[in-house]
Amino acid sequence: MWKEHMRNKINRHLSRGGITPDHAYYLRQIRLKKLAVWATQFILLVTLILLWELGANMRLIDPFITSQPSAIYHTFWRMAKDGSIFLHTGITVLETTLSFIIGTIAGSLIAIFLWWSDFFSRVLDPYIVILNSTPKIALGPLFIVFLGDGIKSIITMALTISIIVTIVMVYTGFKEVDPNKIKLIRTFGANKLQILEKVVLPASVPTIIAALKVNVGMSFVGVIVGEFLVARAGLGYLIVYGQQVFQLHLAMTSVVVLIITAAILYQMVACLENRFLGWKE
Amino acid sequence: MTIIPKVQIEQVSIKYQTLDGETNALENICLAIGEGEFVSIVGPSGCGKSTLLSLISGLLKPTAGRVLVDGKPPQTSSQKLGYMLQQDYLFEWRTVYKNIMLGLEIQGKDKHSVKNKVHNLLKQYGLWGFRHYYPHQLSGGMRQRVALIRTLAVDPEILLLDEPFAALDYQTRLTLEEEVATILKRANKTVILVTHDISEAVAMSDRVVVISRRPGRVKADFAIRYAAGRLSPFETRKAPEFRDYFNRIWKELDIHVEGTHAQ
Ligand SMILES: Nc1ncnc2c1ncn2[C@@H]1O[C@H](COP(=O)(O)OP(=O)(O)OP(=O)(O)O)[C@@H](O)[C@H]1O
Ligand SMILES: [Mg+2]
Repeated sequence: MWKEHMRNKINRHLSRGGITPDHAYYLRQIRLKKLAVWATQFILLVTLILLWELGANMRLIDPFITSQPSAIYHTFWRMAKDGSIFLHTGITVLETTLSFIIGTIAGSLIAIFLWWSDFFSRVLDPYIVILNSTPKIALGPLFIVFLGDGIKSIITMALTISIIVTIVMVYTGFKEVDPNKIKLIRTFGANKLQILEKVVLPASVPTIIAALKVNVGMSFVGVIVGEFLVARAGLGYLIVYGQQVFQLHLAMTSVVVLIITAAILYQMVACLENRFLGWKE
Repeated sequence: MTIIPKVQIEQVSIKYQTLDGETNALENICLAIGEGEFVSIVGPSGCGKSTLLSLISGLLKPTAGRVLVDGKPPQTSSQKLGYMLQQDYLFEWRTVYKNIMLGLEIQGKDKHSVKNKVHNLLKQYGLWGFRHYYPHQLSGGMRQRVALIRTLAVDPEILLLDEPFAALDYQTRLTLEEEVATILKRANKTVILVTHDISEAVAMSDRVVVISRRPGRVKADFAIRYAAGRLSPFETRKAPEFRDYFNRIWKELDIHVEGTHAQ
């Protein structure tokens, strides 16, 4: 009786919004599939954590080197209580956000300039190609010499990585805009600024968002590498510090916080996608 | 004093240059089109009909000769011409309504007063219920109607229509031909219509120009006159002269089925 009732209730919830029985069935199938994927993802995560914890307790792996979930949990709480984890995370997030925003804006402006001037885009093309394929991390030590061992070097490091990616991705997106759409808008007498505003930019929104997503990751890489090299604070610093004093619990806790922070930042950018790409099914 | 034609094409030739060769698209075209005239251009595929419209719109410049609109070389910025391209090129990120507003926005005419007109156009062409749809949710015929309204909305003096009814089913096509011809003639617009459909050309226009195989030249120029006066497309199809015009143009078009005249 009660079971029956629950099942009906669940079914009704899964097929909510259905217009006809067939449509309801369709919705239910889609939602069931989604649920199955989520559930499996969750189980996978829990299993991995459990295996890690058990393996360490049974000494199949050495927790002194690999750390273990319970130790990470305790380290995290200790650091949360004295606030230090928030300080370090905050600094890393601040540096990442700064270089992400500056890199995106400056990179997009440069891409617009290149689109505007066919001549300069041709002139600058080989430089951009070479800069793009250079591992920017190799420049890190030089930035320290030029800018000192502070936040300036870290942000410059991250900025160099994110700005070049942005230029390349956004400019390529601009170039891929259907020339016939430009022809169409020219039949109405559009000038170059209007072509940019009404066709090139809106048509490139998907590319720009893709660039943003790549960019968050890139800025993060730049910041962490920068912190490895020079910092006295930040998650990158904590990881290096933990490693140097052989406090693997500390290093691992920082890595976990880093992963979660990266996921949150990425998700925030992904939200933009839903907002701006409403016209795509 | 001679009257200056609305559109004048003087010994115009154009070649397309590409890295691996050149295409002689049009050769020595001469045409004069008066104000309020409704002219259809017919010719085999690839003979340069779309190229001719692009020349008149100012998007392309002739290699030789000159094009004059109101006695001056055409400029896209003059806002005198409305050009409906062969494909709709609707912007997929804009709704039907916003797509139609595009030309008006660019020309700075998107004021409150024109909105009423756009609403009427939407209703008239059966798109009112779809105004908030995105292009990917429309059928081919609906897309073409959106493109047509987008061109009509800016209310240009001269309309260049490149196969505007090609994607429509037969009934809708006849209805739209009727409506568009009536509206444009009443407003005394100058219209140049490219079509593959001879009966459409004869039914709608005052004049039919036949372009030859590439390089395109003016092969024939028919004035379409009916004893009963200026008729609507629907009436012309029933007029006794209709078949006669149709057959004469058909002969001039000289259409061979692919392969029947292999060298
Ligand atoms: N941008 C271009 N570059 C090179 N050649 C072109 C270009 N545009 C058109 N052509 C060539 O010029 C010729 C005329 O093209 P056009 O599009 O004017 O023909 P059309 O009469 O409109 O044909 P259809 O009836 O199939 O639309 C064709 O042979 C075509 O290949
Ligand atoms: Mg064509």
